[in-house]
Amino acid sequence: MKLIRLRYTKWFNIMRDGISQNNPVAVAVLGICSSLAVTNKVENAIAMGLGVTFVVMVSSATVSLFRKFIPSKVRMITYMVIISTYTIAVQLFLAAYFPEISKALGAYVGLIITNCIVMGRAEAFGIKNPVRYSLIDGFASGMGYMVVLMLVSTVREVLAFGTWLNIQVMPASFPTWTVMALAPGGFFVIGLFIWGIREFIGYYEV
Amino acid sequence: MNLLDLAITSILSNNIALTFILGMCPLIAISTNVKNATGMGLAVVFVVTLTGIINYPIYVLLKATGTTNLALLVFIITIAATVQVLEIFVDKYLPKLYNSFGIFLPLITVNCVVLAVSLFFVNRSYTFSETAVYSFASSVGWMLAIILVAGVREKMAVNADIPRGLGGKGIVFLVLGILSLAFLGFTGLSF
Repeated sequence: MKLIRLRYTKWFNIMRDGISQNNPVAVAVLGICSSLAVTNKVENAIAMGLGVTFVVMVSSATVSLFRKFIPSKVRMITYMVIISTYTIAVQLFLAAYFPEISKALGAYVGLIITNCIVMGRAEAFGIKNPVRYSLIDGFASGMGYMVVLMLVSTVREVLAFGTWLNIQVMPASFPTWTVMALAPGGFFVIGLFIWGIREFIGYYEV
Repeated sequence: MNLLDLAITSILSNNIALTFILGMCPLIAISTNVKNATGMGLAVVFVVTLTGIINYPIYVLLKATGTTNLALLVFIITIAATVQVLEIFVDKYLPKLYNSFGIFLPLITVNCVVLAVSLFFVNRSYTFSETAVYSFASSVGWMLAIILVAGVREKMAVNADIPRGLGGKGIVFLVLGILSLAFLGFTGLSF
């Protein structure tokens, strides 16, 4: 019963939109650079997904907190400053506690700033809505992004290295597909993935 | 590594779009026809080369004062400011050029290629001349990629039977995948 009532609350709708109907990667095709470049290992995908979720949530909330004071003419640069502050925080956190992941991700952590999802949520949602909904919306978009990252990286890591989260899952005789760890593998997997999700939710562009 | 070598590898075998997968959002959004793709490509070459050259001395300054943690913040502000100034300048003095790629300028601030080039020269500790060559060559590589994709998409729009769920942006990834395989063939090319 509780679940049925929950279905009609605003919280639930925002969550559902972010994860499935408006999935930032599959439907809106945003944030592709990082979702391809870091998904050859599942651990990198998790770190990136959590990093982006954190930055989307807090920057969207900060924008929403100051929405009455940000003049609309300079709002873009304001977003940039807010987002890059939080990105630096994520970068320093990773470097301090997870030095290996931070090394593997390299410059891509800094590129969270230019991930269109972050800017997109601040502009489309944060600037117009109260803080609590902005937090939920940011969380939903971040999770939608992370789900795709996890799935893509699972396919790629299993095929390219025969492992999942560094645990051997394929038999030792499995011939590894090196191309899956490189850029072309990423492009193919995400292309097929977008196809699958769009058939599933019935979203067609043409 | 000599400069010619660096230029050739950053255009072909280490193409920033097809090997490092950067700048995908604009590449997918604007590659519907060759004319727009060329305009966007030129704008990117211009901005990336300029910001690479401006960000280098700034980074040296940051390093001298021991505040390299702020590099991200400073770089992004430099980029936003450069794009803004460039737009005003081009609009005022070069109206013809503005008509051909001016509309793409505001979009460039969020193009990851611009920021990535600045971050890569830090990571790889290039000298000033290497940075200048690298910024120019990798943006030319990006332009090459967007024009190639746009050419394929133009042909595809006329005569191709694409599954419904792949229509629009989905099929672009498969095109990019095949192009990227082709560019893998340049690996090991050097002078």
